[in-house]
Amino acid sequence: MTDVTLIAIVSVFTAGITVAIGAGLAALGEGRAVAEGLRSIAQQPDETASISRAMFVGLAMIETSAIYCFVISLILIFANPFWRAAGAG
Amino acid sequence: MNLSPDEIVYFRVGPLNVSATLVFTWLVIVLLVGASLLVRRNLRAEPPIGRMQLVFEALIGFVLDQIREVVRQDPRPYLPFIGTLFLFILTSNVLGVVPGFQPPTASLTTTAALALAVFFAVPAFGIAQVGLRRYLRSYLEPMPLMLPFTVLGEITRTLALAVRLFGNVMSSTLMVAILLVVAPLVFPVLLQAMGLLMGVLQAYIFAVLALVYIAAGMSESQKRLSTRRITRGTE
Repeated sequence: MTDVTLIAIVSVFTAGITVAIGAGLAALGEGRAVAEGLRSIAQQPDETASISRAMFVGLAMIETSAIYCFVISLILIFANPFWRAAGAG
Repeated sequence: MNLSPDEIVYFRVGPLNVSATLVFTWLVIVLLVGASLLVRRNLRAEPPIGRMQLVFEALIGFVLDQIREVVRQDPRPYLPFIGTLFLFILTSNVLGVVPGFQPPTASLTTTAALALAVFFAVPAFGIAQVGLRRYLRSYLEPMPLMLPFTVLGEITRTLALAVRLFGNVMSSTLMVAILLVVAPLVFPVLLQAMGLLMGVLQAYIFAVLALVYIAAGMSESQKRLSTRRITRGTE
């Protein structure tokens, strides 16, 4: 097995695993956040505006980690630096 | 396959690449300024109010309401900065459904520039509110040991602001491109509709986060200002 093949195998596998774990855990966290947000809106409908704004800001924070995972997997597939170093790109 | 609109270069001016990012940024700017100038030509304060003026007033009113709820004071000083961020990101994200339009926010350079603007706006608004010395002192609160973490937090949140917008917009355009290869009939349209929703949401989130950062930079220094005022009043 040449270096390029090895790099390709590891990159593709890692990209898939990265998105799977990153998206899954972020989705779990966002689900809990939305559930709590909806519960507090149900308890205090007058505060809907401020609760939903805080919820969206928090969701954006949580989502950042998933986006990082996505960007890393994209780099691994489309702009892999090791790929180029091995002389295939 | 182009990962970012930076790689599409139309022509070069000296050492400068005029890429699709730049061209479509200019297009968005021309659109926004042109629409505003058109509306400004026949502004009215009495009933037959033009449709476009109503749309613009509703937009500005929405932004003003959001700002007022976060900073809890006169929202007008923050309207130019926050409103510009919101409208620019909103327009470029929404126009992404137009075929051939490359959203400038799908490039890391644009989002990094916007995030840097927020990075510098936070101390600017903070200093304008409470003065240089008091703003700088807020970094030493609650204890000087926390200074490196505060500075690190400011840098990483700027990075997160840039990468979040870039990742969301770029991923939705990339997903459409990939789906065009796999299942080109109906599914790309559904995904584009979701991209539209995400684009509006991301514009809102970017503007609200910038606002929250600015408000946090001001309120930390203002808290002591008000307590000092109270203690001075009791003396």
